[in-house]
Amino acid sequence: MAANDRDDDSVLGGAIRTQASRHRAPPALAANIVAALAAEAGAEPARAGTGWWRGPGWLRLGSAFACGLLAGLAVLLVNPAPADDPLVREVVASHVRSLMVAHLSDVASTDQHSVKPWFNGKLDFSPPVEDLAASGFPLAGGRLDYVNQRPVAALIYHHRQHTINVFVWPASGPLVQKPTRLARQGFNLESWRKDGMQFWAVSDLNDRELSEFASLLGAGDGT
Amino acid sequence: MNERTRRFEAVALPHLNAAYNLARWLLRDDRAAEDVVQEAYLRGFRFFDSFRGGDARPWLLGIVRKRCYSWLEDRGHEGETVEFDEERDSQVGSPVGGNLGDPETLLLRKLDKARIDRAIDGLPPAFREVIVLRELEAMSYEEIATVAGVPAGTVMSRLARARGLLRQALMQDENKDGPHGSE
Repeated sequence: MAANDRDDDSVLGGAIRTQASRHRAPPALAANIVAALAAEAGAEPARAGTGWWRGPGWLRLGSAFACGLLAGLAVLLVNPAPADDPLVREVVASHVRSLMVAHLSDVASTDQHSVKPWFNGKLDFSPPVEDLAASGFPLAGGRLDYVNQRPVAALIYHHRQHTINVFVWPASGPLVQKPTRLARQGFNLESWRKDGMQFWAVSDLNDRELSEFASLLGAGDGT
Repeated sequence: MNERTRRFEAVALPHLNAAYNLARWLLRDDRAAEDVVQEAYLRGFRFFDSFRGGDARPWLLGIVRKRCYSWLEDRGHEGETVEFDEERDSQVGSPVGGNLGDPETLLLRKLDKARIDRAIDGLPPAFREVIVLRELEAMSYEEIATVAGVPAGTVMSRLARARGLLRQALMQDENKDGPHGSE
């Protein structure tokens, strides 16, 4: 039908199609909707994980309620970032957007020696790029992104069927000093500093494996 | 994330820009458009079982459209959304202005973004939405009919009428600005 209901109105139609505003959804909207859906579905965040509490197995009570309670409590204890830190929202939104618009990589390569130089001339810093394939987290590529009011490097890693976005930019100010773990909208996040760089990893991967991934990239051994 | 949520996201999120574009045009407000689209997505999720497969866009945009009209009505814009006189509209057999003469063609060719936006913005919602869906979302008459909940024939007559009104508005705009424009 679409093809043969072309109208005679090509001039006016053309003017509208080329000139009129096509409003684009603001980046945060997708993330907000994902969050609202998760809440609606009664899904607790970080569902693949077991909450922040990684104590002995017997403590992980089968009851989802108890787990949720523990997770909530532990988030309060572990997480110094304000609950609605705009930076956290931004990081989640960037992650969601990168998956949504099929714009995951500007440079798709599993080779750290082609991903790292790709950022030359695009950023005023050189992000550390490390392939972690040997540990089960193969590098998939890199991308420019814009977070925290500055251009940042986004590195993409895979782990099984999960995608991990790692945002890197030069650390400044008292942003987040210690490794920080949190869960937002069903995604897990971990932030740390190393060698003067601020890292944010975000993924739907469970918190345990994301944390393992973060420590491979130096979380916990820098300042 | 459960299977149903995952399925809904896969089906509905790709149409987010189309949903937002429609809402933004109908409500003329960024913030309101965001709220209404989010609400519409939640509603769509609740009634996901009523989605019969195929292209989710007309189904989803139909929900967005409904939420937009409720929003307008709740805020006392119901004058805007009252069903206009379909009889009168279908009587407009050919678009106002008829075929494009050369001067008109020239005028349309040199129109800028601001003027076109202004002219579309000035249309009653029932006309604005068909222009947006047809020209900006490139939807077929059938799809637009699904979104607006009217027969395809009505979509066609509304489109013709909308184009006529647009032409009128653009001409008036041109005359007001003088032949050489002043942008």
